[in-house]
Amino acid sequence: MESAVDNIIIIAIGGLGGLGLIMAIILYFIANKFKVFEDPKIDEVEEALPSANCGGCGFPGCRAYAEAAVNSEKEHGNINGLNCPVGGNDVGQELGRILGLEVEDQDPMIAVVRCNGSPTNSPKKVNYEGATSCAFAHALYAGEGGCMYSCLGLGDCVDACDFDAIHMNPDTGLPVVNDKCTACGACVTACPRDIIELRKRGPKDKRIFVSCINQEKGAPAKKNCSVACIGCAKCDKVCNFDAITITSFLAYIDFEKCTLCRKCVEVCPTSAIHEVNFKPRKPRPEKPKVTTSVSDNSQNTVPSMESGKVKPDKSVIAKGIEIIETKE
Amino acid sequence: MGILRTFALGGIHPDENKLSSNAAIEEIPVPKQAIVPLGQNLGAPSKPIVKKGDDVKVGQLIAEAGGFISTNIHSPVSGKVFKIDNSMDASGFRRPCIIINVDGDEWDESVDTTKDLISDINIESKEIIERIKNAGIVGMGGATFPTYVKLMPPPGKTAEYLIINGVECEPYLTSDHRMMLEKGREIVIGIKILMKALNVNKAFIGIENNKPDAISHMRELVRENDDIQVQPLKVQYPQGGEKQLIKASVNREVPSGKLPIEVGCVVQNVGTAFAVYEAVQKNKPLIERVVTVTGKAVKKPSNFRVRIGTPINVLIEAAEGLPDNTGKIINGGPMMGKSITSLDMPVVKGTSGILLLEKEESSRKVEGPCIRCSKCTYVCPMGLEPFLISKAAKLGNFELAENESIMDCIECGSCQYGCPAAIPLVDYLRLGKIKVGQIMRSRKN
Amino acid sequence: MNHLKVSGSPHIQGDESTKKIMYGVFIAMLPAVLVSIYFFGIDAIRVVITAVIACIFFEWTIQKYLIKGHETITDGSALVTGILLALNLPSNLPTWMVIVGALVAIGMAKMSFGGLGKNIFNPALVARVFLLVSFPVEMTSWPIPKPITEGLADVTTGPTPLAIVKEGLDGNKTISDMSSELPSYSQEFLGNMGGSLGEVSALALILGGFYMIWKKIITWHIPVSILLTVSIFSGIFWGLDPEHYADPLFHVLTGGMLLGAIYMATDMVTSPMTKGGQLIFGFGVGLLTILIRIWGAYPEGVSFAILIMNATVPLINRGFKPRRFGAKPGVVLTK
Repeated sequence: MESAVDNIIIIAIGGLGGLGLIMAIILYFIANKFKVFEDPKIDEVEEALPSANCGGCGFPGCRAYAEAAVNSEKEHGNINGLNCPVGGNDVGQELGRILGLEVEDQDPMIAVVRCNGSPTNSPKKVNYEGATSCAFAHALYAGEGGCMYSCLGLGDCVDACDFDAIHMNPDTGLPVVNDKCTACGACVTACPRDIIELRKRGPKDKRIFVSCINQEKGAPAKKNCSVACIGCAKCDKVCNFDAITITSFLAYIDFEKCTLCRKCVEVCPTSAIHEVNFKPRKPRPEKPKVTTSVSDNSQNTVPSMESGKVKPDKSVIAKGIEIIETKE
Repeated sequence: MGILRTFALGGIHPDENKLSSNAAIEEIPVPKQAIVPLGQNLGAPSKPIVKKGDDVKVGQLIAEAGGFISTNIHSPVSGKVFKIDNSMDASGFRRPCIIINVDGDEWDESVDTTKDLISDINIESKEIIERIKNAGIVGMGGATFPTYVKLMPPPGKTAEYLIINGVECEPYLTSDHRMMLEKGREIVIGIKILMKALNVNKAFIGIENNKPDAISHMRELVRENDDIQVQPLKVQYPQGGEKQLIKASVNREVPSGKLPIEVGCVVQNVGTAFAVYEAVQKNKPLIERVVTVTGKAVKKPSNFRVRIGTPINVLIEAAEGLPDNTGKIINGGPMMGKSITSLDMPVVKGTSGILLLEKEESSRKVEGPCIRCSKCTYVCPMGLEPFLISKAAKLGNFELAENESIMDCIECGSCQYGCPAAIPLVDYLRLGKIKVGQIMRSRKN
Repeated sequence: MNHLKVSGSPHIQGDESTKKIMYGVFIAMLPAVLVSIYFFGIDAIRVVITAVIACIFFEWTIQKYLIKGHETITDGSALVTGILLALNLPSNLPTWMVIVGALVAIGMAKMSFGGLGKNIFNPALVARVFLLVSFPVEMTSWPIPKPITEGLADVTTGPTPLAIVKEGLDGNKTISDMSSELPSYSQEFLGNMGGSLGEVSALALILGGFYMIWKKIITWHIPVSILLTVSIFSGIFWGLDPEHYADPLFHVLTGGMLLGAIYMATDMVTSPMTKGGQLIFGFGVGLLTILIRIWGAYPEGVSFAILIMNATVPLINRGFKPRRFGAKPGVVLTK
């Protein structure tokens, strides 16, 4: 009896073990035969990347980017034009070290929402009812405020963001970008109206931009929205650095040329030019201005989301619109 | 009468509410200012050929076709071109328009303004199409597809049947109904012209059974013509859809993604047939159309013949004013029309009706969870599964939506009309069609 | 503020609503409830009311404190689940077991999937099966129906016709031996037999079924395909050996067959979306029911059959698409 059991055990172990061994040998030869040579640097580069797989670099995922970077280094001896917006300069330098290259620092970018058409500035004329999708609403009508360039406020950009960096402000109905933004550009493509633009973060996160993309003449633009750019070109005249261009009644500030002098902000009659993260000006008694009322696009001003990060002692709340100073 | 024909799949029967079906067509005086949008047809917008300050006469060409699928636009009024500038269209977008300040009502000499009926057709197919093209005629049912394009079948395809759409399946609208009753003789001649242009021997006039007066009137008019047949149809929405009407009239199904010419059919609206008559026999371009102004609260639901470019508030005034409790204004019928954001928008070639909904009926019901009752599937005239593809579009799974034939959706709204959970199915279907369309185009490039 | 509304078409909506459907089902179940009260008296009222209140309470509690979604208690779905559950229980079941059943139905089978419209299995059936396997004795001792007009005497319990046949066949009896123990067809049709609250009267159930078809709450496809399949399969066996297999009419009229075919299998949430799929679904339910009834350990198989077929619904939905416009009949367009 006992020997029979022993036999069964031996047969089982021997059979399975033998099978395993044969399979292992076959696998070994097949693996050797079909081995694909891959540059070990690809793995190394991929390791250094942030693994967000966001597609912000233009490649489907970090692995594809790593391959492209290694190939580019082999073929052209540089990785120009291939930068990982999420990783920024730290990752860029790391890649340079791995690939043995000098990598120039890129200016860090951030998504900027160029519309200030909150219900206060652009009063509602109609009530929208339907799917929460900007792409659909864009095909349906101009916008609740009547401006056909305005933000529709339905949050396609929020859905597109992989980094929790953009949220709707429930008071203004406009999206607000916070510091987590990696400039991957997902929101830029998601916006059916091309309101969001990637701009330079600027020194100490200071930026100046035109928060409007209305290409109508002044009168119809102003009719729908009190803070629309009316194309008056006053900003163009005061700019000493040739940074402002006016095309189809719309001013655009070239962030490469802008020196952040803030002259344009002062002259803008509709407060369409926004300055972000500057210290509030000293009040000028002769000219009480409202132009400093700026919605801060670099900080998350949605209180429910990031209440811990907003430092109330450093924020000046004026007319329902906040100015918040960032890092010191 | 036996069993009435209708289309095979799905369909609903919403309340008809044809409030204005007994109101004879009224002429509306020429407005003080006409706003003529340059993009009035499906396809490329037209190019203006007049300048600010030019004097124009009624029927004078003021903009010419800006591409193959595009049309000419003629001045609907006489006066001076005030400016060429952006003006609001139905959905609030500001688009280029020619704005004309009206002065008198002087017609271009070439237009025959007499009321005589000319029934002899003495020109050839090619010239008919040329005249229709020059007159800027588009589909008057609302889709505004240039008519002459439909009359030129692509090489290798021939038309067998001409189907005239007198269905008017949209609730409330009555402009086609009144046209058939009042302009029946002209429509029949228009049909004959279209048949000659297409070289077909058989035409059907599809009319739903809720318009018995129109059926008997048209029957009377075509009694001596064996080749034109009035086809009464069972009342069923969306029978006015091209594919549904072809199925109902000649029992052929247009394959997915194909045009009606694939099964040898060309569909034209009765309004288009009338416009064709005027263009070919009277040399009168498309400068006016019949618009229904209706709604439960409207004091005088009416059918108006108006010049293109008349602001719709003129029409609403003519129907004795905007009711106080108006909650939504719709350009077209309640099932497929578009909401209007401003009363300043002008009547365009495709405006078949202005519907004023009361506040109570203008809000949507509160959306609930899908209970998978599949009523949307039962009523879909295209045999789709709206619950599935709209969900796929909502969640961004456009690949699934495309595989489940989202592009076949005709956006008729039957699914959403009958949804017990009041899910905005059509919103997401339309979103899906926009996105899938983009994906398909990018794949082609 | 007189703002105009802007939305996509269509701008009008029919008067269908979830509520209307649910109350339609409720009305359709009333005859069966009234018949059960007639036969089982005060106990039936107790079970129905307990089940309904418990279902509504659990749904409200879970909705409010666990899911924290929109309140759905007014849509009537919990009411329908409660009555369906009651119709699936014997009238002498202890109250606390009814409450456990309601908790299982609402908590386990419905809300844990996300609430109305998201459950895979019919909640009332899950509860019935849960109670059946947990408390087999209580769930299978059926009070003998006794019209309320004959006074409120003590109830006696007895087996259902299906159990009589099952035990009888296991005990090597033939059908004709048992004919004296079995109720007549007219008794079965009117409801004078042992069983759950809602199983007894075929007449009341069919009445409710016609009401639902008339109101377009259900289509004929599922009930007809189930009953047809059951009749055909049981008919084949009966034709081969009438002494050892019950006849089709017996199978249709007894047990939960009609209740299942008309009310449980047609549950919108857990049945296929297309008519072709519904026919297949019905065929599966009918076939499985007969297999379980003839060869299974339990005398009754409708609830198991429906639950098994519920699990196949997503697969059926994939396989059976409606005929696309422009495609040849029977051809499903897949790219």
